[in-house]
Amino acid sequence: MTYFPEEVVEHIFDFLVSHRDRNAVSTVSKAWYQVERLSRRSVFVGNCYAVLPERVMTRFPGMKCLIVKGKPHFADFNLVPHDWGGFALPWIEAAAHGCPGLEKLRLKRMVVSDESLELLARSFPDFKALVLVSCEGFSTDGLAAIATHCRSLRELDLQENEVEDYGRQWLSCFPDSCTSLVSLNFSCLKGEVNGGALERLVARCRNLRGLKLNRAVSVESLIRILDRAPHLVELGTGSLTVDHHTEAYRRMINAFHKCKSLRNLSGFWDVDPRCLQSVYPVCPNLTVLNLSYAPSIQGADQVLDCIGDRGLVVVASTCKQLRELRVFPSDVYGTGTAAVTEEGLVAISSGCSKLNSLLYFCHRMTNAALITVAKNCPGFVRFRLCILDPGKSDPITNQPLDEGFGAIVQSCKDLRRLSLSGLLTDKVFLYIGEYSARLEMLSIAFAGDSDKGMIYVLNGCKNLRKLEIRDSPFGDAALLENVGKYETMRSLWMSSCEVTLGGCKALAAKMPRLNVEVINEWDESDETEENPSDAHKVEKMYVYRTLTGPRNEAPDFVWTL
Amino acid sequence: MSTTETGNSSTTESAVSGLDYEETQLTLAPPGGSRSELERKRGFSEGVDLSLETKDFLSGSSDEPPKAQVVGWPPVRSFRRNVLKSCTYVKVAVDGTPYLRKVDLEAYAGYQQLLTALEEMFSCFTARNYPNVRRLVDPVNGTEYVPTYEDKDGDWMLIGDVPWKMFVASCKRLRLMKSSEAVDIVVEHIDVHL
Repeated sequence: MTYFPEEVVEHIFDFLVSHRDRNAVSTVSKAWYQVERLSRRSVFVGNCYAVLPERVMTRFPGMKCLIVKGKPHFADFNLVPHDWGGFALPWIEAAAHGCPGLEKLRLKRMVVSDESLELLARSFPDFKALVLVSCEGFSTDGLAAIATHCRSLRELDLQENEVEDYGRQWLSCFPDSCTSLVSLNFSCLKGEVNGGALERLVARCRNLRGLKLNRAVSVESLIRILDRAPHLVELGTGSLTVDHHTEAYRRMINAFHKCKSLRNLSGFWDVDPRCLQSVYPVCPNLTVLNLSYAPSIQGADQVLDCIGDRGLVVVASTCKQLRELRVFPSDVYGTGTAAVTEEGLVAISSGCSKLNSLLYFCHRMTNAALITVAKNCPGFVRFRLCILDPGKSDPITNQPLDEGFGAIVQSCKDLRRLSLSGLLTDKVFLYIGEYSARLEMLSIAFAGDSDKGMIYVLNGCKNLRKLEIRDSPFGDAALLENVGKYETMRSLWMSSCEVTLGGCKALAAKMPRLNVEVINEWDESDETEENPSDAHKVEKMYVYRTLTGPRNEAPDFVWTL
Repeated sequence: MSTTETGNSSTTESAVSGLDYEETQLTLAPPGGSRSELERKRGFSEGVDLSLETKDFLSGSSDEPPKAQVVGWPPVRSFRRNVLKSCTYVKVAVDGTPYLRKVDLEAYAGYQQLLTALEEMFSCFTARNYPNVRRLVDPVNGTEYVPTYEDKDGDWMLIGDVPWKMFVASCKRLRLMKSSEAVDIVVEHIDVHL
């Protein structure tokens, strides 16, 4: 291959789509490294502290798309202190200097200020797509800057961010000349947008395929929007409070009927069960159905109107193409009538054989159900089950759920992500280590009996990239059993486990290319904080491989050992 | 090393008083137990009230001991929790007054607190409890009001029948109905309970 001209090598590399493949070919030889780096268009940085932004820009000057992730996943559940880090500004500044041709930026779990958004809006003349997922630190002012200055914007996708709403008419800042939008998602915003501006924007963007509204958008507005854009493929509704007796309801159903291309539905805030019936006509073509904001319905008088096990039975019988399902605990008070159980999951698995991605919160689960689900849906790629009561056993047999999850990992050979819950012993980890060859991310909470559990996983899962553990009895022996493993992984999170300060120090000493961060949030009045002994148990630990060494902007409560 | 799990499940499944919980809780904490307090503090201040409550079929009054709260559990993003939380503001109408008020049902632990708050809000009432039926009375003219609510099905119900939390989940709006109008509801209610 060294005899091939560079253009040919580069052309061959064009066929390599995944980051991993491109990373692999770049290590073959210096020549290939050069060709690859100059032709790389999309760069993925899984941990913003693994590498310096400037270094990325220098290596990939032709970069058009940058994806960066910041805080550890458990930050979503308030386990990471608010000011831990993950700032977007250094990345945007570096890109403004080094890669002004940037067209797309995707950030997840990062702190993004209005200042960074304004810099972004002004620095990249060809900027086309901004995707912010679970970020915070910005307001509608920053969005206004994006709308105003990004002339070729095609995609603005805001997923579950904490956005300060200053009521500024940011949506009205899209100039009349903006007709390029293909995807717009502002579902996470709390405030109202100008209805007229929204409808005019939708009308002039003839290529719009994805639109996700926020709760403040009324049914009337939705109907007008659907009338103008029946070619939508992805739709997130606003607040769906409409009485099924009314003319408005009929018009809404008509509007839905006209949307023949819908494949992805979400939203459904405040939905009345009878309103959901308007969804059924589009159901046969759905591949993604997100009911996470639909409230659970108490005391419904018809089988069809309940979200709950009965509701899932209906979904199972109508949405045959369904690939992804998420059911959240909208009713967490546990009064039981509308909560979902193992029955709903079994129904879904028998009706939706193409299901490959699941996030399911429930009050109870049995081994028998999981074994059935494993048989019905061997195609799971992501399987996340959360039984709301930690450490809860199979209610019928009182056994741990080892066998159930064992069946899942044995049957689902393509499983890449798994979240466990319920009562679990070391045995489930034995199964996971043995069978989950493709597993990349594992989330463990309140599980296991001893260090052996964690060791099975570290020794067994060849492709493990992220391991996050909370409230489980794994200690220093497990942590130090296979230290080389952590350099093959992106990160390890352990909180409320048995790991001690001494164990963390030992790990840091053995592996200089890891950052071992210990997060301490002790009371200032606690005197033991001054000089904790090595036997001191560590509350929160985050370990990740890095090229940069300890970060210099880490807050006081983070000790990098 | 199975103590952690059983420790956790026993504290979350049994209804223990606040004091007992503190003493018996098994935590992976440094000596002094300051961490568990910190956890709970953080939990409260961040409004983590999606707790592991077992079924509560009592009146849901504030005499109930606080249940064990685990930080960051269930693993639902704060964004989503806040969204789900915000839908418990309901309008309160009082027959004969020109404007309505709004209350956040989640701010109260039970019916008693809600009625007390309504009392204060409309300042002219005092609460009077008959067995099974709560009423509010305007001392100036002696008019009695019966607290009712509209549920998700659109039916007008007497306050107090269902467990507090079920009420919070199904109540769309409140109305203090003049007793004279409410007679039929009250009579029906008493009949049902005989």
